[in-house]
Amino acid sequence: MSSRTDDVTSVASDEVLAQIALSRDEYELAKERLGREPTHVELGMIGALWSEHCGYKHSRPLFRHFPTEGPQILTELGSENAGAVDIGEGWVVVMKVESHNHPSAIEPYEGAATGVGGIVRDIFAMGARPIALLDSLRFGPLDDPDNRRLFSGVVSGIGGYGNCLGIPNIGGETVFGRGYGGNPLVNAMCVGIAPAGTLVSATTAAADNLLMVVGADTGKDGLHGATFASVELDEASAERRPAVQVGNPFLEKLLMEACVELVQEHSDWIVGLQDLGAAGLTSAAIESAVRGGTGVRIDTDAIPRREAGLTPYDVMLSESQERMLALVKPGHEDDVRALFERWELTTALVGVSTDDGLAHIVGDGADVAAIDVGLLTEPPTYEGEAWQDEAAAALAQFDPASLPDVADAGAALLQLLGSPNIADKSWVTRQYDQQVLTNTVVVPGSDAGVVRIKGTNRAIALCTDGDGRAVQLNPRAGAARTVAEAARNVACTGARPLAVTDCLNFGNPERPQIYYQLSQAVLGIADACRAFETPVVSGNVSLYNETPDGPVTPTPVIGMLGLLEDVAKVVPMGFQAEGDVALLVGAGLAQSAGSLGGSEYLAVAHETEAGPVEVDLTAEAALVDFLVAAADDGLLRSAHDVSGGGLAVAIAECAMANGIGLDATSAELGSRVDASLFGESGNRTVVSVEPGKLAAVEALAASKGLPLVELGHAGGNRIRLGAGLDLPIDQMAAAYREALPSIMA
Amino acid sequence: MRFAVLVFPGTWSDGDCQYALRDILGHEADLIWHRESSLDGYDAVIFPGGFSYGDYLRCGALARFAPIMAAVQRHASRGRPIFGSCNGFQILCEAGLLPGVLMRNDSLQFRCEPQYVRVERADTGFSSDCREGQALMLPISHGEGNYHANDETLAMLQDEGRVVFRYCDAEGVVSGASNPNGSRDNIAGVLNAEGNVLGMMPHPERASEALLGGEDGLSIWRSIIDRWG
Repeated sequence: MSSRTDDVTSVASDEVLAQIALSRDEYELAKERLGREPTHVELGMIGALWSEHCGYKHSRPLFRHFPTEGPQILTELGSENAGAVDIGEGWVVVMKVESHNHPSAIEPYEGAATGVGGIVRDIFAMGARPIALLDSLRFGPLDDPDNRRLFSGVVSGIGGYGNCLGIPNIGGETVFGRGYGGNPLVNAMCVGIAPAGTLVSATTAAADNLLMVVGADTGKDGLHGATFASVELDEASAERRPAVQVGNPFLEKLLMEACVELVQEHSDWIVGLQDLGAAGLTSAAIESAVRGGTGVRIDTDAIPRREAGLTPYDVMLSESQERMLALVKPGHEDDVRALFERWELTTALVGVSTDDGLAHIVGDGADVAAIDVGLLTEPPTYEGEAWQDEAAAALAQFDPASLPDVADAGAALLQLLGSPNIADKSWVTRQYDQQVLTNTVVVPGSDAGVVRIKGTNRAIALCTDGDGRAVQLNPRAGAARTVAEAARNVACTGARPLAVTDCLNFGNPERPQIYYQLSQAVLGIADACRAFETPVVSGNVSLYNETPDGPVTPTPVIGMLGLLEDVAKVVPMGFQAEGDVALLVGAGLAQSAGSLGGSEYLAVAHETEAGPVEVDLTAEAALVDFLVAAADDGLLRSAHDVSGGGLAVAIAECAMANGIGLDATSAELGSRVDASLFGESGNRTVVSVEPGKLAAVEALAASKGLPLVELGHAGGNRIRLGAGLDLPIDQMAAAYREALPSIMA
Repeated sequence: MRFAVLVFPGTWSDGDCQYALRDILGHEADLIWHRESSLDGYDAVIFPGGFSYGDYLRCGALARFAPIMAAVQRHASRGRPIFGSCNGFQILCEAGLLPGVLMRNDSLQFRCEPQYVRVERADTGFSSDCREGQALMLPISHGEGNYHANDETLAMLQDEGRVVFRYCDAEGVVSGASNPNGSRDNIAGVLNAEGNVLGMMPHPERASEALLGGEDGLSIWRSIIDRWG
């Protein structure tokens, strides 16, 4: 090929390789496969697509462990922008969760906002209409003003972008812990729906189709963003602010409307649609070409620019937001242009698919790249060495029985209710529009958000869950427990768990201790997804979450989709009526001290983050089956998962929801009161039933082999549990509701 | 009855309003793009919520220049009903069809939550299906809903009985504690002098179905239908 001479000399200095996070060995491998020195543009493209963020070098070999197939699953894991699940009555759900951790650490508002923008594009790139957002957020402790700044900025950014788009935020979680200081985790999940059979792939499909870039003009923003996401944060990271993009949600709203209209009403004009996310045009065009089995020819001079002086390299690697790549059948370019113009959006014809398998890039009147698309998308993969960190292993050996039992259970419960991890999160969720699109049946604050599907009787239940502390102590069991909690959360609404999307937030996988956490957690997720028959349909990996203080707490985040076939059968969280019988289903009332392992109680009351973490997936699956069947039979008045803070917090939340208390003074709490009240070993759910349905509920639990304990009766304005716990709802609610506002005031 | 639900770039409650009027209440409701120039044949015009033109300037400030607005002014001058909620209220104020402005919430944060509003006047075309003093639960969802007008305008609105809704608590008590955004005199919704244009920050379309948590919004739609349908 003809090439400018400056492209082939000294292109791969150590400095250049560091900038694109490519190792010398990887460079040599690329050179060998190419049979020559890569040009400057080619090297940039290799660096971006071989980054962990795009290439999944350290994680791809692990994905084979995930169950990925099921009768309801319509896409192959990793094959499309997001996973698609059949929910019946002619509708499919498209979903994915993604991280924007590093950008949010540097610039919290824009980092979080563009994280939302990116995940929403992944959904409408398939032609689905986004109908729900969720998030999963982690920050360092709020006594540090910098963590308050990050928390406040991230929440504003998620709200600022999602609210403008008109997509409700219907659930999520916010967690604080020392292991997230300086490296917050900002995971956003988007869920869309489309009529069955209408989804579009991100593919060139065949040679001679047209590549049209739609939406925002291209600038230098976000250059090397994919690379930035794939290195550790350090003191100089703040200087990477240019790698953080700036969002324009208004433009994205127009782009969303136009793209949904294009796919749903004019699918005969296009062969594919793809978003420009990490690694920008490079990733969008190359991945589409690989799927289509074609090459591409792109003229970077044809890209509309927002600033002068952009080189072909800049154009290929810019991560300017709010751009899409439409793959258009020849002859329909004017139709597509007119559709986008009606939405006040510009289009540019930038290339064509070819039959030579090459990414052929021209710019400034010269050939700047001609490289096999397969080479770009087949980075080397690594199965790292793995061994458990000795300190973490020692922490898991800690026996909570060595601590004294709780002396004042009421005081401990109030302390827990006022701790930021358990306290009411309205300070967060009221900054998000939760109801636009008028589908939200259950708003944030319950176990899972529920949105109905208009035109059907159906609804979907959605939640995100993570439990970094448990994963730190026991990566495999902790990750499985995370999936179990998500399944329970969805099932508490009455929905049957259907599918999972995951975001794996870990440190540097090149370190054996981290690779151990990552690989074990993947196995744990796989174990649990098999137990619940919830295949993994999509996901994202965020590695290199490290600061000079060390790696982030390992935190796989699970996004769970559940289906309610009859929305009228949705089960609320809180107690509904005086006189109803409250029951504890699953593992019994009396718990051993071991169930406090990794609990919020140990962290808050004893400043201890240690102890055993275990999971019984057979029992967890039976509990989920029970909840779904009981809801379907109309047996339950309420259901609430026992998780952070244990049984006492769960009952307090059931009571605070509608101001209806509980008298369970005769409940036998066992020899370790703290474990029974505050243990989090999972597999426990509080339900309430009308007295007349008690026998049917008992029979159902027995048929699933599940223990069931009668706690007492709903009613009054206090909760009384066993001999030691007696608190008025008002007092609990004050501690619970005022905690975050007073910290953030 | 035929409703025109206006759609500006960035509007997002258009489909929700259409669903409430057409699918729940059984009336005709068409989405009308901002580039249209005629509202002929429509009995009522709805300005839905959203972020018209991104609201990067002042909320609603650009929408008033949209091509459809000439037809809206004609519709108003003929005494035909116009209802705006959220961004629709902001646009009606910017377009001079209603007095006052909506400023940033005093919390400096977006607020989406259930909110009660007290019906101050039950004899308008937008509230006749309500009882005076009734507390309606209507969700709010806005960053700039802090209603402001100068003292003279406020006195005029009060004297002429044009404050139709005020933020209150569940018992209908109007106080600083029940004011979600810092609005002067807890004002949630106001009427024009002729009684045919009303704007309010809350979202009645989000309170039009028991499944979604409440039906108090139906009173507002039914009032419009009773008076002008």
